[in-house]
Amino acid sequence: MSFPWANHYAPKHPLMRWMDEKLPLPRLVYNAVGAGYPVPRNLNYMWNFGVLAGAALVIQIITGVVMAMHYAANAGVAFDSIEHTVRDVNAGWAMRYAHANGASMFFIVVYLHIFRGLYYGSYKAPREMVWLLGVVIFLLMMATAFMGYVLPWGQMSFWGAQVITGFFSAIPVVGEPIREWLLGGFAPDNAALNRFFSLHYLLPFVIAGVIILHIWALHIPGSSNPTGVEVKGPQDTVPFHPYYTAKDGFGLGVFLVIFSILMFFAPNALGHPDNYIPANPLSTPAHIVPEWYFWPFYAILRAFTFNFLWIPAKLWGVLAMFGAIALLFFLPWIDRSPVRSARYRPMYKWFFWVLVLDVFVLGLCGMKPPEGVWVLLGQLAAIYYFAHFLIILPIVSAIERPLPLPMSITASVLGEEPATTGQPA
Amino acid sequence: MGRLAVPFVGFIVGLGFILALLCAVFFTPHDAPEVTAASVFHREPKEIHYASDGPLGRFDRQQLQRGFQVYKEVCSACHSLRLVAFRDLEEIGFSKPEVKAIAKGWAVEVPTVDDKGEATTRKALPSDYIPSPYANETAARASNNNALPPDLSLIVKAREGGAPYVDSILTGFQNPPAELLKRFPDSAPPPGLHYNPYFANLNIAMPPPLVAEGQVSYSDGTKATVPQMASDVSAFLIWTAEPKLEARHRAGVVAVIFLLIATGLAFAAYRNIWSGMKH
Amino acid sequence: MTTLEQTETTGEGHDVRRRDFINIAAVSFAGVGAVAVVLPLVNQMNPSADVLALASIEVDISKIAPGQAIKTLWRKQPVFIRNLTPKEIAEANAVPLSELRDPQTLAERTTAGKENWLITLGVCTHLGCVPLGAGEGENRGPFGGYFCPCHGSAYDTAARIRKGPAPKNLQVPEHSFKSDTVVQIG
Repeated sequence: MSFPWANHYAPKHPLMRWMDEKLPLPRLVYNAVGAGYPVPRNLNYMWNFGVLAGAALVIQIITGVVMAMHYAANAGVAFDSIEHTVRDVNAGWAMRYAHANGASMFFIVVYLHIFRGLYYGSYKAPREMVWLLGVVIFLLMMATAFMGYVLPWGQMSFWGAQVITGFFSAIPVVGEPIREWLLGGFAPDNAALNRFFSLHYLLPFVIAGVIILHIWALHIPGSSNPTGVEVKGPQDTVPFHPYYTAKDGFGLGVFLVIFSILMFFAPNALGHPDNYIPANPLSTPAHIVPEWYFWPFYAILRAFTFNFLWIPAKLWGVLAMFGAIALLFFLPWIDRSPVRSARYRPMYKWFFWVLVLDVFVLGLCGMKPPEGVWVLLGQLAAIYYFAHFLIILPIVSAIERPLPLPMSITASVLGEEPATTGQPA
Repeated sequence: MGRLAVPFVGFIVGLGFILALLCAVFFTPHDAPEVTAASVFHREPKEIHYASDGPLGRFDRQQLQRGFQVYKEVCSACHSLRLVAFRDLEEIGFSKPEVKAIAKGWAVEVPTVDDKGEATTRKALPSDYIPSPYANETAARASNNNALPPDLSLIVKAREGGAPYVDSILTGFQNPPAELLKRFPDSAPPPGLHYNPYFANLNIAMPPPLVAEGQVSYSDGTKATVPQMASDVSAFLIWTAEPKLEARHRAGVVAVIFLLIATGLAFAAYRNIWSGMKH
Repeated sequence: MTTLEQTETTGEGHDVRRRDFINIAAVSFAGVGAVAVVLPLVNQMNPSADVLALASIEVDISKIAPGQAIKTLWRKQPVFIRNLTPKEIAEANAVPLSELRDPQTLAERTTAGKENWLITLGVCTHLGCVPLGAGEGENRGPFGGYFCPCHGSAYDTAARIRKGPAPKNLQVPEHSFKSDTVVQIG
């Protein structure tokens, strides 16, 4: 599962040789993220975010296990148990803020990782499986983050749980029973809180498992690169260690600096004040908003305000919101351009940046209360989102004339003249 | 996998979404938000700064103690502070015996049971949380014209605008401006409510709590003007909401400096390892 | 210094050494950072501020008649407070220290002037059961003090181990008399 010129693991120390015979774990690591994994030499900083997402997951698991030592999943005391952690537990405030802001950092790096994939066509053959597993990870992250946000049992926790489980009641006939089954009651309460805690603890380990599959699937064709031209020979690659471990080490440093500034100096900046009010089933917050990383999807959900074709607006919204993510599963087959990297796709490059802007606008509309201009803007942005994937991409890949690709990664690095026309390398 | 089927099905589904959205765009009325008394007369919190602001902010303990005095003598008549224990007051500069005396002398006692199991109360201890003025929410509402005085422990984190918002509310009581009544004749404060432009809907159930200079007498000689008392109690409430703020700022400075150096070294190491490798 | 080194090593070797130094420094910094993060992760398991706040309690002992004992809770552990009768004090003082597994006099286990107040943890020093004897009518064992039903450790009137598997006397917590009727434990 590697290039023929990959370094071979050859333990020198007798102990390591003994280990290699009994349990070749060092060999596995060596071949996965060590000197035994040849990586294109021309990766730019956008390729840091995979490792950073892994680091963010590790941070979340460690701080989360610690938080769970002080948390009580009972509607009567959940809120106070978090406050107890922050106020009385040694360094509890640091654990809590690291965990809450760590979720945001995790989503930031994962969104950058996803957009990197979109720009450089990392989802295309032969890496479709890497992309599909990535979308699965993204879905699992969303579920985990949502359930984690419910645990402090503040006003936004409670009403978020109410709204999100309310999605299911949009399904005709079976919707309401499904919602009651999810909640273990008619409204969020102890039963829901306990199962959310259980699943919130479980899912990160499922994510870790899917990440292993994600990396496994990546190692079969090897990493992609900014030119989108496949590796042709040893001169195109460098060993992951020490080259990319060093680069990722630097990236991790930058990540941690930003994370620290957020967590130590503005720990509540990304949270909502209402979540510092204990949950109250008798009083709804003035306007319910999810955490920032759900805003674009929330905007799509709310964009549907009209019953169309016997399907009520609410169901359209729920279908479209899930559809917006489900679309990503089909992306490798929707975009049929043989060229991967947007560097050599003059039309796609523009539409990519419009999509980025569109997602920002959707996010903004998801944050704002649904009134005035934000409703219309949200609807137009939602239209564009679907149009990008279902109309624009197929057309662009059909009519676009790609720029000439470089002969090889090395040729691109050394600035040699491109010699071929836009054919897959 | 069907090279034709996927784009085809996707196209149909996408068309459905887009048509539904287009219908929504055309058939839902998009009204401009209504002009209400609140949308015209509501004001953002004043710009007020506290010693604890900023990445290097520290509490002014003298001010926190004054703020505690305002809470104790004014706010605590209606508002609980249930997440703060008396022992926590040591952090704002009270000594152990002082804390013990404050707990013992607290106007509201701690509920307990006597030898026969009858409900009774006892004097508070430093390990007790500050007792609430009302036994329960129903009692609180019954005494306050059906409005519930919120717990203040987390109030500055639970309100958009934070401490300046609390501060502005406390000093923002005034008579409704004549223009308000002229433009929105129905917007005079209903009985039992009080006009306050810093409150979201302009009419707050809390009567003005700080009304006169010298309402509390500060032992450190600070003049107890209304804005001074409001600022002091707001600063105190920053502390009740975020008692570990100083530790956080201190740890943050160390962490960021350490990480900047480490990142600099990591960058140097990265450049080192890549030197000679064109990429 | 620099010139000296340059004369001694080739430019190349000097460069390599400087590079190694940077890499080693970067890895060391990462190591220091990791340790700095581990400390709070370990420390969070120590008793929290609210637990420590209950680490000392005051008990009213005015209602304990001679010969009686009460059980109270201190740091989530039972504490026995016994008002010894003169007979029990005499019995305890009559035992030669050489006969004891954990030699201690009654005076060492009580406060001077208040020798009738025997305050001990109600935790058997064998495996942590609560011994009998503090409650009215409970089995006080062959030595008239406390008796642990789990494995048969018997304590005398000064709560010293006399028989059975327990290695030590019942522990006397730190305490002081605030007045004739109030004792502070912890």
